[in-house]
Amino acid sequence: MKEKLKKFYILIPVLGALLFISILLIIFGTSPIEAFSAILNGAFGSQQKFLNTSAFWVPLLLASTGLLVTFSAGLWNIGIEGQIVMGALAASAVALNVEASKPVMLTLEILAAMGAGGLWAGFTALLKTKGKVNEIFGGLALTNLSIILTNYMISGPWQPPEGGTFRGTAPFASEALFPLLASSKFSPLALILSISALALVGFILSNTYFGLKLKSLGKNHYSAFLLGVSSDKEVFLSMAFCGALAGLGGAVRVLSWFDSLRQSISGGIGYLALLVVMLAAYRVILVPFIAFFFSSILTGSISLQLKTQLHSSLGGILTGVMVLFVILFGDRKKIFKKKMDQNNE
Amino acid sequence: MRVEIKEIKKYFGDVRANDGINFQLESGNIYGILGENGAGKSTLMKILSGYQSQDSGDILLDDKAILFDSPAAGLFAGIGMLYQDPLDFPPFNILENYLLGKSKNINLNFSSAAKQVSALADQYGFEVDIKAEINTLSLGERQQLELVRLLAEGAQLLILDEPTTGISAEQKEQLFTSMRRMAYDEKKIIVLVSHKLDEIQELCDHAFVLRKGKLVGQSEVPCPNERLVEMMFGSLPTRRERHPSVHDEVMLEIKDLKVATYRIQIDGISFTVNKGEVLGLAGLEGSGQGLLLRACAGLEEIDGGEIIVDGEIINDQEYHQRRENDVAFMGSGRLEEGLITGMTLTEHMVLAAEEHDFVINWKQAEVETKSKINTYQVIGQSSSTADQLSGGNQQRFMFSMLRTPLKLILLENPTRGLDVRSTNWIWEQLYERRSDGTAIVFLSADLDEVVDRSDRIAVFSGGKMSRIVNANETNVDELGHLIGGQE
Ligand SMILES: Nc1ncnc2c1ncn2[C@@H]1O[C@H](COP(=O)(O)OP(=O)(O)OP(=O)(O)O)[C@@H](O)[C@H]1O
Ligand SMILES: [Mg+2]
Repeated sequence: MKEKLKKFYILIPVLGALLFISILLIIFGTSPIEAFSAILNGAFGSQQKFLNTSAFWVPLLLASTGLLVTFSAGLWNIGIEGQIVMGALAASAVALNVEASKPVMLTLEILAAMGAGGLWAGFTALLKTKGKVNEIFGGLALTNLSIILTNYMISGPWQPPEGGTFRGTAPFASEALFPLLASSKFSPLALILSISALALVGFILSNTYFGLKLKSLGKNHYSAFLLGVSSDKEVFLSMAFCGALAGLGGAVRVLSWFDSLRQSISGGIGYLALLVVMLAAYRVILVPFIAFFFSSILTGSISLQLKTQLHSSLGGILTGVMVLFVILFGDRKKIFKKKMDQNNE
Repeated sequence: MRVEIKEIKKYFGDVRANDGINFQLESGNIYGILGENGAGKSTLMKILSGYQSQDSGDILLDDKAILFDSPAAGLFAGIGMLYQDPLDFPPFNILENYLLGKSKNINLNFSSAAKQVSALADQYGFEVDIKAEINTLSLGERQQLELVRLLAEGAQLLILDEPTTGISAEQKEQLFTSMRRMAYDEKKIIVLVSHKLDEIQELCDHAFVLRKGKLVGQSEVPCPNERLVEMMFGSLPTRRERHPSVHDEVMLEIKDLKVATYRIQIDGISFTVNKGEVLGLAGLEGSGQGLLLRACAGLEEIDGGEIIVDGEIINDQEYHQRRENDVAFMGSGRLEEGLITGMTLTEHMVLAAEEHDFVINWKQAEVETKSKINTYQVIGQSSSTADQLSGGNQQRFMFSMLRTPLKLILLENPTRGLDVRSTNWIWEQLYERRSDGTAIVFLSADLDEVVDRSDRIAVFSGGKMSRIVNANETNVDELGHLIGGQE
């Protein structure tokens, strides 16, 4: 009985968070039912809305999938946000500078984005292994750098001809964009890519020597070393792998969610992905569902302001509170354990 | 205080770790718990201390049934336990650990805690440097710290699970003195879990023997050793004669080796170990013998000299290269250095294997693991995680992961936590490797083991190595003098 309940432990903090927000809403004089139904309506109210929720979901799923790899190796890849941005930048560079047929364009864009994201994460890994800079700080620094780079490109070399707005480049040629479904922002191709990535990662983590090495590093660095696992190489590979998927996510953002490079191109999905993976407690199968749940709340609450007097940031607050509740009431031991093993290095 | 254990049962799947155990403990006594590896000793003690709960049965404290939901609750009721594997937090210093375990207040009162720790340590004759970081402490020092913490919390019943494996003879004496004092002067109850019959005989008033989860006998002690052994194993384990099989060729040569850490330094030692030879290293913990082993393994950087294995200078090889070249190392901290909490035995086996395919064949790996744990008589399933094994079984499992053939095996306290029978068996396994030409260098805190199992012995004292003596020309007393630094 207890074991069975444990499987659903994740629902407890989620329900707790809903309850907590409801009480807050009541205190502020708004009906929670109205608010939540507005969110639901915003996420699933029409085919268009459902497809947009899905479009938001795909890059989030890619980033979360990447993080499964680094998390299982015990790495806090906070720099994933920057890796997404670099992917978007690289895809944009191809989109703006290459003229070719759609399949060629897309292939080049995807490869460039994965390469750039992987490179950025690889830097973080090298900083960690060679320079003894913790991946959290290295990642944050490189994220800042990627944002500065984006702003420079938008306001400088890639400024639209009609004059800079500082907000984005001119829209890309249609050959450069992902094929979209029913004039939404949703690209089936991107979905196929991300589902394949998830399946691949699931397989790698549970069935390959590489995955086993990552797991051992994540659980006990020193014992793993003694058993023959070379941590430097594995840290680099897992980070680069995660970065490549994050970069692909960045490409999906510019080539389907938007049609040009924008200032805040990632929209925070890197940080969101960190929360997804933490909530999933590293279990592959939960990741797509949690990512979809988050996507629904966040896209759903965009229209909140129009329908109620509530600010659209309610969605963000809701997800934040959920994560807090998980950390407070969920499988705390697991998270804490991870940290202890890290300190043992 | 009076503790009554009634029909305690605890099953892990099919394993009946405790299968209806009854006994009583009275104030002012020292009790010994004996039993072969996996007999259920730690399980029972963890139940008594509140670390885990029983499936059924009762614990009565002064005739009142109690049920703890945590070790803290157990300690609040006066039951404290020193675990087989220390549980403190490595990155903190002693004082922080003490406060971490103790304080329920937000404000940490460092100065009063410092006084408290020092006073208690003095009272029981322990030397604890309260500023030291935990990971720089030896196992013995960590134990003393934990004991002080338990005493400060007011423990009336103290459980010590194999406290003497891996600590020096001196630390052991100190521990025994303080235990006697707690029992006879302060009327506490002391429970000692140990595989060493001599210790039980020397220290305890009464011994309980467990076997396969049941209480199979008890006796006042001292009593004849044979009696206890028979209860533990059913019959007396015989020890096979050992035939020396030292070859003429040299396997390991150390030339003018210099290694330094901030605690101790080795300043130029030289010796050779032949193929098939067993070299035992004795000395107080932290006298340089561990440093030497780690330097040979590639885990400690050397400052000068040469390490030559089978004719090849291996100075520049890293640990992993040496491992590939058949130099094996086994540390004394099982779950910190060698095994991974939360990973299954099969997963360990795959990691440690010599060859790896990119995709793991789990079926085959499981078959191989099963056969390995069968050969090494590890009590556990291939799907058990390493931390679910009993202490002695963890040790056997580590041995089962060693490859064959090996050139050089470097061992720290190789039979830590093993019962008499397993100890004999492990050494037989090691001796069998000598026909491959394997050289073995090991250190042990147990002098009897060093004298009994080595061909030659080197004694370390303050980073200096004594002349090497033949094991059959020396005895424990002579070694004791050498350890003290007297030639
Ligand atoms: N958490 C657990 N999960 C599964 N099995 C367990 C667990 N803890 C103990 N066991 C099993 O219960 C049995 C008794 O283990 P226990 O640790 O009590 O033995 P022990 O007498 O202390 O042995 P040792 O002398 O080797 O330390 C063993 O077979 C062990 O594998
Ligand atoms: Mg035990």
